[in-house]
Amino acid sequence: MVKYIKDLFSGIYALLQGMVITNRNFWRPKVTEQYPEDRQTARQFERFRGELVFDINDNNEHKCIGCGLCARNCPNQSLEVITKSVTTEDGKTKKVLDKFLYDLGSCTFCSLCTQSCAQKAIKWTNNFEHAVYNRSALVKQLNPEGSKVVERKAAPVAPKQAPATEQNENQQ
Amino acid sequence: MLEVGGILSWIHEALSSACPEWLTLLIEYVLIGVGFLALYALIALILILLERKICAYYQCRLGPMRAGFWGLLQPLADMFKILMKEIIPLLKNDKFLFFTALFLVIMGSLCTFGALEFSKDLIGIDFNVGVFYVLAVSSLGVLGILLAGWSSNNKYTMIGAMRAGAQLVSYELSSGLSLLAIVILGGTMQLSGLIEAQSETWFLFQSPFTWIAMIIYLIAGHAETNRGPFDLPEAESELTAGYHIEYSGITFGLFYVGEYVNMFTIAGIGTMVFLGGWQPLHIPGADAFNEVMNMIPTWLWFFAKAFALVMLSLWVRWSFPRLRIDQLLHLEWKILMPISLLNMLLMALWVAYF
Repeated sequence: MVKYIKDLFSGIYALLQGMVITNRNFWRPKVTEQYPEDRQTARQFERFRGELVFDINDNNEHKCIGCGLCARNCPNQSLEVITKSVTTEDGKTKKVLDKFLYDLGSCTFCSLCTQSCAQKAIKWTNNFEHAVYNRSALVKQLNPEGSKVVERKAAPVAPKQAPATEQNENQQ
Repeated sequence: MLEVGGILSWIHEALSSACPEWLTLLIEYVLIGVGFLALYALIALILILLERKICAYYQCRLGPMRAGFWGLLQPLADMFKILMKEIIPLLKNDKFLFFTALFLVIMGSLCTFGALEFSKDLIGIDFNVGVFYVLAVSSLGVLGILLAGWSSNNKYTMIGAMRAGAQLVSYELSSGLSLLAIVILGGTMQLSGLIEAQSETWFLFQSPFTWIAMIIYLIAGHAETNRGPFDLPEAESELTAGYHIEYSGITFGLFYVGEYVNMFTIAGIGTMVFLGGWQPLHIPGADAFNEVMNMIPTWLWFFAKAFALVMLSLWVRWSFPRLRIDQLLHLEWKILMPISLLNMLLMALWVAYF
């Protein structure tokens, strides 16, 4: 009998605790995003992987040297790095990037490409509005027309480059 | 004042000056019926919107926001959708019982709804055994639910209906017993008489045992509407939808509406019996305060109290997890029933000695 009454009141107390918690939830600010209306102010998480883009500075210069590491690391062959050879003024032949093709349709957003890029030439943006009318429109050329590799002031020494790359990978 | 009694007597006088007495009565009965049906549908629409909004707010969402301002037209959109949907004919079910069940559910719900007294003048049914009538017609719904589960020829509906039968029949007991405690206190079974007895203060402040009766009534009433933690007759995760799986289109819609209006009816009866119905809040002695309270129209009092109880029911619904069938019956037969019997005894002693 004592246990019955004790159980009754402890049960009521536990139920009231639950109701207090739901009541607190009731007055909390709501998390719903009203997407098409608030697309200007919509909050995005910084790490959200929306779309792969080139890191391009104000002079229309990118950092890609056309090594093709990203394309080789891509599990779906979403990336295609097309290079061409140009002859510089002093007569040397140099491999430069011609086209960097990115197939958004087959990308799984695994981020292996950005992790393997030694030059940090590619990065993610938060843009998620990918809908197009044609599948071929999903294949995008990431390097804009007329862009070129950013000129290095002093070529980094080769042995120093390797550990730096590893560090980048760990950071990502 | 903002009472509706003036309009009603004006209609009566206008009709009786133009028609013989039998025609006046006929027209008035038809008008009352149409009015009740319209109010029934309107309250169902309001409750559906309220439920979706409140449910969303408890889950930190916004709920429907697109149809109309702040989603206010959402229940209308739902209604037109459900009206336009196909009623899928079933091959091997009992067609007669299948549709009879639906009308039994709606009839039980509407008859109980008719017993509500919305204001001083808006009274549908009022006779000397009002509480008894309410208890009797609200049990019709059980029959409808059992028939619906049986006639659908589906194992899930059958299990759902069996659970609903066990649940409703047991919980009707303690809700009836707690209403009887109030009948002892009020000394009458007539609903208008009960409300009249609360003109000084509400029953809630007349005896401490009314509180126990009210809590038990609200729990049992909540269980009778098949909602909240007691929704195992229609547990989606176990039975897909319970007894109304096979109903489609408007036949399902009527079950849905009936369930929502039952929630309001339970709140309304609780309001009339415990919270004074349309009686304003009166404090004995404080005449100025009572005068101010009397300024508020009585129908507003009724709806405010009833919707407050509906909100409480929604709060409970979105707080607690579903009970198992043995826990459900344990709660009723071992906790609520003994307490309400004891409460009835204590209430009788209170009435006899105070």
